[in-house]
Amino acid sequence: MTPTLEEEAAGRAYDHRLMRRLLGYLRPYRAQVALAGAVVLVDALVQLAGPILTKEAIDRGIRRHDLVRLDQVAVLYLIVLVAGFGLGYVQNQILQRVGQHVMMDLRLALFRQLQRLPLAFFDRNPVGRLMTRVTNDVDVLNELVTSGVAALFADVFALIGILVAMWRLNAELLGVAFSVLPLIFLVTLTFRVKVRRTFREVRTRLARMNAFLNENLTGMGTVQLLNREARNHAEFEAINASHRDANLEANFYHAIFFPALELVSALALSLIVWYGGRQVMWTGITLGTLVAFIQYTQRFFRPISDLSEKYNVLQQAMASSERVFDLLDRPPDPALARSAGFEAHAPAGDGDGRPALADGAGGAAGDGLLVRGRIEFDRVSFAYDGVTRVLEDVSFTVEPGEKVALVGATGSGKTTAVSLLLGFYAPQSGTIRVDGCPLAEWDVRALRRHIGLVLQDPFLFSGTVAANLALADRALPREALIRAAREVHADRFIERLPAAYDAVVRERGATFSAGERQLLAFARALAAEPRVLVLDEATSSVDTHTEALIQDGLRRLMRGRTSLVIAHRLSTIQDVDRIVVLHHGRVREVGTHAELIARNGIYARLYQLQYAGTVGSRAGGVAPALGSATRAGAE
Amino acid sequence: MLRHAVDDLYRGVTAEKLGRYALILFGIAVVAGVFKYGMRIFVIGVSRRAEFDLRNDLFAHLERLPVAYFQRQRTGDIMSRATNDLAAVRTMLGPGLMYFVNTVVTALASLGFMLATSPRLTALALIPLPFVSITVWHFGDRIHRRFEEIQALFSSLSARAQENLAGVRVVRAFAREDQEIDEFRALNCEYLDRNLRLIHTSGLFYPTLGFLSGLAALIVLYLGGREVVAGRITLGQFVAFTVYIGMLNWPMVALGWVINMFQRGLASWGRIVEVLDAPPAAGEAVAAAGRTLARGATAPAERARGELEFRRLSFAYPGAAPESNEAPLALREVSFRVPAGRTVALVGRTGSGKSTLLALLARIFEPPRGTVFRDGVDVRDLDLHWLRAQLAVAPQDAFLFSTTVAANIAYGVPREERAAVERAARVAHLEEDVRAFPKGYDTMVGERGITLSGGQRQRTAIARAVLRDAPVLALDDCLSSVDTHTEEAVLHRLRAEMAGRTTLLVSHRVSTVRDADEIVVLDEGAVAERGTHEELLALGGLYAALHRRQQLEEELEAS
Repeated sequence: MTPTLEEEAAGRAYDHRLMRRLLGYLRPYRAQVALAGAVVLVDALVQLAGPILTKEAIDRGIRRHDLVRLDQVAVLYLIVLVAGFGLGYVQNQILQRVGQHVMMDLRLALFRQLQRLPLAFFDRNPVGRLMTRVTNDVDVLNELVTSGVAALFADVFALIGILVAMWRLNAELLGVAFSVLPLIFLVTLTFRVKVRRTFREVRTRLARMNAFLNENLTGMGTVQLLNREARNHAEFEAINASHRDANLEANFYHAIFFPALELVSALALSLIVWYGGRQVMWTGITLGTLVAFIQYTQRFFRPISDLSEKYNVLQQAMASSERVFDLLDRPPDPALARSAGFEAHAPAGDGDGRPALADGAGGAAGDGLLVRGRIEFDRVSFAYDGVTRVLEDVSFTVEPGEKVALVGATGSGKTTAVSLLLGFYAPQSGTIRVDGCPLAEWDVRALRRHIGLVLQDPFLFSGTVAANLALADRALPREALIRAAREVHADRFIERLPAAYDAVVRERGATFSAGERQLLAFARALAAEPRVLVLDEATSSVDTHTEALIQDGLRRLMRGRTSLVIAHRLSTIQDVDRIVVLHHGRVREVGTHAELIARNGIYARLYQLQYAGTVGSRAGGVAPALGSATRAGAE
Repeated sequence: MLRHAVDDLYRGVTAEKLGRYALILFGIAVVAGVFKYGMRIFVIGVSRRAEFDLRNDLFAHLERLPVAYFQRQRTGDIMSRATNDLAAVRTMLGPGLMYFVNTVVTALASLGFMLATSPRLTALALIPLPFVSITVWHFGDRIHRRFEEIQALFSSLSARAQENLAGVRVVRAFAREDQEIDEFRALNCEYLDRNLRLIHTSGLFYPTLGFLSGLAALIVLYLGGREVVAGRITLGQFVAFTVYIGMLNWPMVALGWVINMFQRGLASWGRIVEVLDAPPAAGEAVAAAGRTLARGATAPAERARGELEFRRLSFAYPGAAPESNEAPLALREVSFRVPAGRTVALVGRTGSGKSTLLALLARIFEPPRGTVFRDGVDVRDLDLHWLRAQLAVAPQDAFLFSTTVAANIAYGVPREERAAVERAARVAHLEEDVRAFPKGYDTMVGERGITLSGGQRQRTAIARAVLRDAPVLALDDCLSSVDTHTEEAVLHRLRAEMAGRTTLLVSHRVSTVRDADEIVVLDEGAVAERGTHEELLALGGLYAALHRRQQLEEELEAS
């Protein structure tokens, strides 16, 4: 089964495997990265020119009172400045752009992957957790690409360049300046060891604090009802304090490290002044060389302290990338992987060009195929958790154009049967056939385009009314949408809206009543002109007028289509050709309404239950017991 | 110092003297190091403590917000304010302030040295300074605006992804994956575009600062060199000047960072203030003043007698479908009384208002004044904490916390005593289940591997309510996921345990409520019928129909 996602991955500082995979995302931008590399290289070289020019100005210009020389150097210096400005800008632009593109690629890859994962995955992983992957984790990786990798690159180049320049100037002085090198190593290594530990401490405490916060926000009603505010606040304060203390400890090391590094730098400078000064006096180093040296030394230490800062970025990026790759590596829904024309993220050896229909009638193109609409459940058994059977040995058929109602008490397996027909889950045993061909051999997405689904709670997307009606195919012309809306009586309330078909739908269709949402869902299904209609009738109570519209709309929707309906309304049940009664996951009775009533079995009792007397039943009644609550998920 | 060293080089100097210069140079660095250490410890330390306080205050405030707030506001959104935004504010107060002080001190120090060396050259070197201010002002404002644009677009990007994930079934059923990807990509492109615009702006920012500081160095080199040639300053002064200008280079870049941190910090601070400004639950004001109020006219007794009364209570949820002509009333004119120590059952369909009634009783939502009374006192006048302490609720969807089973049972009492926990678990018929858990009562709830079933969760909530030992017990359909046999056992033990306590029993099962002193049937938010089991059966109305249906259902179950 699909396990849930891990929340907090163990924080390793650096993982070669992860890093290589991350760098793989830079591959499409090889050219830009190479260019950026070149620019960084040139920039580092140009930056080296400053001190040398200063040396020139002092030794050749100022000391020899050669104003022409000084002018020349100044012009060169200006050129260097302008070049540095330009190169810095170009370098920054390229790297930031690549970073943004990589981030978009990753986000899209994740989103695409989420469109391919089996539904069972979504039953187990809450939306909030998945959202964190697509947003926060990707952002952390961006940080790595833009400030991390680039700066690392630039810093290393700068260091090498400075070293070479100093060596060329005076190898002996370089030796003096770098007599402090062991000290640098010592300081940096000590710092790294300390910081790694405290960093991990900070991360785990932060994770604990966020988990506590999240839980309390979710369960705030319970917290308040139980008067736990003060105690939970005390608990939170304790976790918060431990987080603060871990941070203060980390800060202590930082507070020592950065000044210590500067001190080492100052030491190097002092050594140069002392030793270099003697050299100027006794041997032939020029004053300009000494000044240039001092300037180089100043520049040398900045990248080193930068590199240490990058360490944090690196660690966070590793943790994030581990979570992101974990999601990307999950096996997609095999049914979708078979689907023709669907963007494959990672080809899984499905390139044998299997036709959409095994019997070859339709060919590979999904939209070209013709579905007659014969549905057959052949001894189908299914359990969400692999153990508790929700459907057991279910067999029934729906002939093309026939209307069949699924009826049963809550938990009898009606919704599950529909989910299986749509290929959301695969049965553990038995076969579902459409037009005589097993579901497993269909291009499932092509098939779904021919099945119109109306859910009990029709999920409306934010956007316009028209966009919601054209859900199946964005290219549907406006006339087709209006025709569909008119057919199922949705046109009247739509046209009363301020912008009619262009009216804005808010998240989840919050501004529409339950009845209006139903009618929109009918129109949405009809607009795609499906061959097969699968409908889970809503139980929500609506006013009598809307109820009449819904019933008539439903009748028109089913006309001429193979229809499988989870029915709750008496009028619907009386309208269908056959009724399949599910009880505890098994098919117990099949027949027409009259036949089943005459048989006086489960259906008769269900019917009695419904209409013998319902708390608050009204004319045209809604029938809660025929399935008031549907089981959509596993639990 | 350097100046003297360099000038001495010319005049001829001893090695000792050079050594002293080096030492002094190093000494200054040591002082600066100590100063920087102190500043980091102090400023960053203060920022961490401020973050701690702010987070505590935020949490305390969230605890006081009404439940309606959490229904309106997405948890993820509040979380991001309590984490990301708080971090941005902390960065502003800590590193932001520190770099700011660093920058100012370094700049002032260099400036001081420069002035002491040559005021004239200093004035010349500072020519680029006004441009730095202009750059900072110009870019800072733009970056701020672009940044806000990006934040807004990011919100819609998240919302899009969220919607897609929430509606995954519809997406799959309509084979809409490609279109979803296309639309997500389009939104991403727009987001990318906005980001690139920010990059365009901010990308000029840093190089411009670098250029301006380089310009200052150039001025010193060129004009300073001429000054030396003209004999107005010594070579030593000149060299010292170049070094000081070099020291200024870094603060200029840091200035850019500081501006950035402050822009982000201020934007985030605004988002945190939004939460802090949300008005707390009305009763919280009373709760805060509870101690003083306790001595007033409505002084609640130490322990309530447990009498409940609803008087012509009509209620509509705040913000429920404001567009429609008539606000949908969750409750209409509900009146009934529960004498202390009695058991009253509430029966009705889903949405008939049973749970709303309980929520109003506990003031999870505020009832209108003069409609809900406890011991004859309007609940709106009662101390909120006291009122809730006098009420134990076992809800249908029990919320358990990720701690041990025992701690969950004892969640509503000050101290976790094992014996009491076990007794409560026994009443809730949970002890056998617990015995089967790997660590018994110390088993972590929600930890991987062991997650409780719906029925176990409900019974944990019952045990929790039992342990609270309040004079009023409200069972909100809290046995819906439990089979009939267990339900009867639990009810039996509860009845013995709850003798003498006022009990409000919400259920849709006749078997659960038949023994109540009175049964109130709710339909569409109004009281439809009331009476004892026998009376209601004789009435032949909704309750009788419900009774018949459940008998049929039982038969059906058996078939």
